[in-house]
Amino acid sequence: MSRVRVLVGTRKGAFILSSDGARKRWKVSGPHFAGWEIYHMKGSPLDPDRIYASQTSSWFGQIIQRSDDGGKTWNPPGTKPEDLMTSEGMPKGESNMFVYDASPETGKPLTTHQWYDGTQHPWEFKRVWHLEPSLSDPDHVYAGVEDAALFESTDGGKSWHELAGLRGSDTGPKWQPGAGGMCLHTILLDPNNPKRISIAISAAGTFRTDDGGKTWKPINRGLHSQFLPDPTAEVGHCVHRIALHPSRPNTLFMQKHWDVMRSDDAGDSWQEVSGNLPTDFGFPIDVHAHEPETIYVVPIKSDSEHYPLKGRLRVYRSRTGGNEWEALTKGLPQRNCYVNVLRDAMSVDALEPCGVYFGTTGGQVYASADAGDNWKPIVRDLPAVLSVEVQALP
Amino acid sequence: MIRVILPPHLRTLARVDGEVELEVKSPVTQRSVLDAVEANHPMLRGTIRDHVTHLRRPMVRFFACGEDLSHESPDTPLPDAITTGSEPFLIIGAIAGG
Repeated sequence: MSRVRVLVGTRKGAFILSSDGARKRWKVSGPHFAGWEIYHMKGSPLDPDRIYASQTSSWFGQIIQRSDDGGKTWNPPGTKPEDLMTSEGMPKGESNMFVYDASPETGKPLTTHQWYDGTQHPWEFKRVWHLEPSLSDPDHVYAGVEDAALFESTDGGKSWHELAGLRGSDTGPKWQPGAGGMCLHTILLDPNNPKRISIAISAAGTFRTDDGGKTWKPINRGLHSQFLPDPTAEVGHCVHRIALHPSRPNTLFMQKHWDVMRSDDAGDSWQEVSGNLPTDFGFPIDVHAHEPETIYVVPIKSDSEHYPLKGRLRVYRSRTGGNEWEALTKGLPQRNCYVNVLRDAMSVDALEPCGVYFGTTGGQVYASADAGDNWKPIVRDLPAVLSVEVQALP
Repeated sequence: MIRVILPPHLRTLARVDGEVELEVKSPVTQRSVLDAVEANHPMLRGTIRDHVTHLRRPMVRFFACGEDLSHESPDTPLPDAITTGSEPFLIIGAIAGG
């Protein structure tokens, strides 16, 4: 029988939840990296026991951790005990070194972006929000960081370099931080085209490369953001999350600050599919593992009140790729619930039927083993959940 | 032998219990002590000082012999009590938040 591993990043450490394929009884491991913020963990699709983790602290900065045994043991890449005793001397300790590229060879990417007061502000590295292992090599992994930029490592996380063409695009000076900072939080790899990557930044919008990261273009046509002086501007949109189904990589789904959107041309144009949602503000969006037109969102009351409407926690599911939505409530609290679900805190597994998972700022991780029809908490008193990723294991 | 006390989070990261003891050539300064800490525990690079500028991270402080040395030049010799190992060099995570 298959197994499932749920990787949960929280404000005060990482937790690993595991179950057999029935997904009824769960074992909770953790906290790993106790006391540190774990923004994200994700396993390689080629080697599920290879897991990367972003460990951060306002005091001590960024750490990258890597496990090669499914989360039992962890090390900053290059600092396993055996690495420390090689004849080549001590490692350089660069697995947490994220330096913005300003070299002439890459076009001297612009070094300032728009600040809250409209002035220009230097790019300053703060943390890694999202790690996306490559589809073709377990040692190759991308990192989306704050202040917004995309980095990659081709040596298992020992060293990183920036894909500077993104930040060097001519819209860079117009990018600005959202309330959570100016973060690159979503990285979508096209399984049919290794040169195509789509990313999303709050509050700049969505961007795509078709040449492996050398050049990028904004793909925000059709987005409408009332908070902008020009609501249909090329950049400046607060995109909260984008998602795709691997069988249809040209169809993208988006939860924007307000509005749920879809694109059927790889982001070249977008249409609103909020339909009958009670509110179209929210953070995560995800796609059913086997049904590319079935999508999930968690409606949140508003941008000033980050909790569910009327204190009722509801996932909404559309089986029509948007516009027609149904509330999923069974097993979720339907009164006095005032938690939030953050952008990276929802995931699906590839078992049959598809499992859906999300974590809350109240420390609950809810799971549905039947595509959202019924929910129950796996664990309910963790620190605030920042991210949830799921692995289906043989 | 120089004695260094790391904050709890960095002890966990470096997998050390209690104090770190280091051989540091004279002159013993903040810079030479931190260079030795990082050479022996490379996972600590970037956590105490910035990777590129080598400046102290804003919410990290250095104490020794009852004094806050955080704003001293990194090349100022440390007190004799640190050099002889009778007092430890303390790396502190600043108290912040509520």
